[in-house]
Amino acid sequence: MASADNTGADIAFPAILEIADDCLILGHRLSEWCGHAPMLEEELALANMGLDLLGQARALYAYAGEIEARGRSEDDLAFLRREREYRNCLLVERRNGDFAATMLRQLYFAAFMQPFWRTIAQTSSDETLRGIAAKAEKEMAYHLRHSGEWVIRMGDGTAESASRMTEAAEELHRYTGELFMASPARVAAIAANLLPDPESLRAEWDQTIATVFDAAKLSLPEIRVMQKGGRDGNHGEDMGHLLAELQFMQRAYPGQSW
Amino acid sequence: MTTTPSTTKGHATTGGDVTNVTDFELARALETASGVPDPEVPCVTVADLGILRSVERDADGAIVVKLTPTYSGCPAVIAIEMAVQSALLEAGIDAKIERVISPAWTSDWITIEGREKLRAYGIAPPVGSSGGRKAFFAEETVACPRCGSQNTTKVSEFGSTACKAHYRCDDCAEPFDYFKCI
Repeated sequence: MASADNTGADIAFPAILEIADDCLILGHRLSEWCGHAPMLEEELALANMGLDLLGQARALYAYAGEIEARGRSEDDLAFLRREREYRNCLLVERRNGDFAATMLRQLYFAAFMQPFWRTIAQTSSDETLRGIAAKAEKEMAYHLRHSGEWVIRMGDGTAESASRMTEAAEELHRYTGELFMASPARVAAIAANLLPDPESLRAEWDQTIATVFDAAKLSLPEIRVMQKGGRDGNHGEDMGHLLAELQFMQRAYPGQSW
Repeated sequence: MTTTPSTTKGHATTGGDVTNVTDFELARALETASGVPDPEVPCVTVADLGILRSVERDADGAIVVKLTPTYSGCPAVIAIEMAVQSALLEAGIDAKIERVISPAWTSDWITIEGREKLRAYGIAPPVGSSGGRKAFFAEETVACPRCGSQNTTKVSEFGSTACKAHYRCDDCAEPFDYFKCI
């Protein structure tokens, strides 16, 4: 284990948990598409992307549990916390909606996570995080390309697909601000050089989204107030429903395994 | 038959310098581990794919086999670890399996023999080297593993497993998997 001396349970644990929760909750959302995708290739793509995110979540939970050193396993952290203890951003818990909304949510998230992981891989003081990041960055580059291509196709597609994508942007754009807000846990992790300041990634995110929206002939919705709350454990109504399904087996049959 | 799987650049497989010592058990462990096939793509071994990173002795003299997963969510990771462990047990070798995530696996680590085995099996090996973000709608030219034609079309970025994309040959009309360059 390679975390710097003063960055153990107090600083690293809550900061890593936020990222792990983002990955788990979005991975779970993508898994809900199983059997419902518009075509076979997208069925595989959605499952593959969900699997990448669950894999990233597992690595992060396992490491967070090690750092916390209270004997909690990756499964305990993923399945046995209460709603308010999940620190994922609101964007990832939003309902899937239609295929347009799912692809746009993926684009918003991947356009942030790809440079986020890249920066961690290059600059984090923590060797384990650098290792997880180097892998995750490549995976998110695929997600970014795949979702970006769909947003372009649908935005610059038929009247129907364009209106679906416009509605998705109206609905989801207000949740993107939270990606750049640093919670107290994140601020401490930035100071310890574990994680990058999300604000430093904004220019690249803006550029990526502008490029895609331009090619998709979509306009950026004007959002006056960005929604926030997930990092404080204040989730939307959808989160409870998501957790009911995510946690059901472990709550009904504690300790059950394959 | 050579058992040292380090045949391409950047592929540092043997942690200890196995060839220069007379640790026959360690040499046998390397040979055994190197020969374990990948459960998803059985035409290649874990050494061919570059996921077998090293076979060495730790400070206590125990044999440690280090493996690196291809993808974060690769469901074959546990199957691979168990396959290596049981192959070693069958050879009478008690070894510890260790999962190493840093440095991250890259398709650049697939050996030259591994690439040829993939092609012969009908899977197009990765083209070029990893790195760099590709533009939207950018497509690599992937040669059909059956007829060799470069006139191919990407059907889906995501194929039958996390490590493969799905292509079609526009000359011989065969669908095929492409081992992604990552």
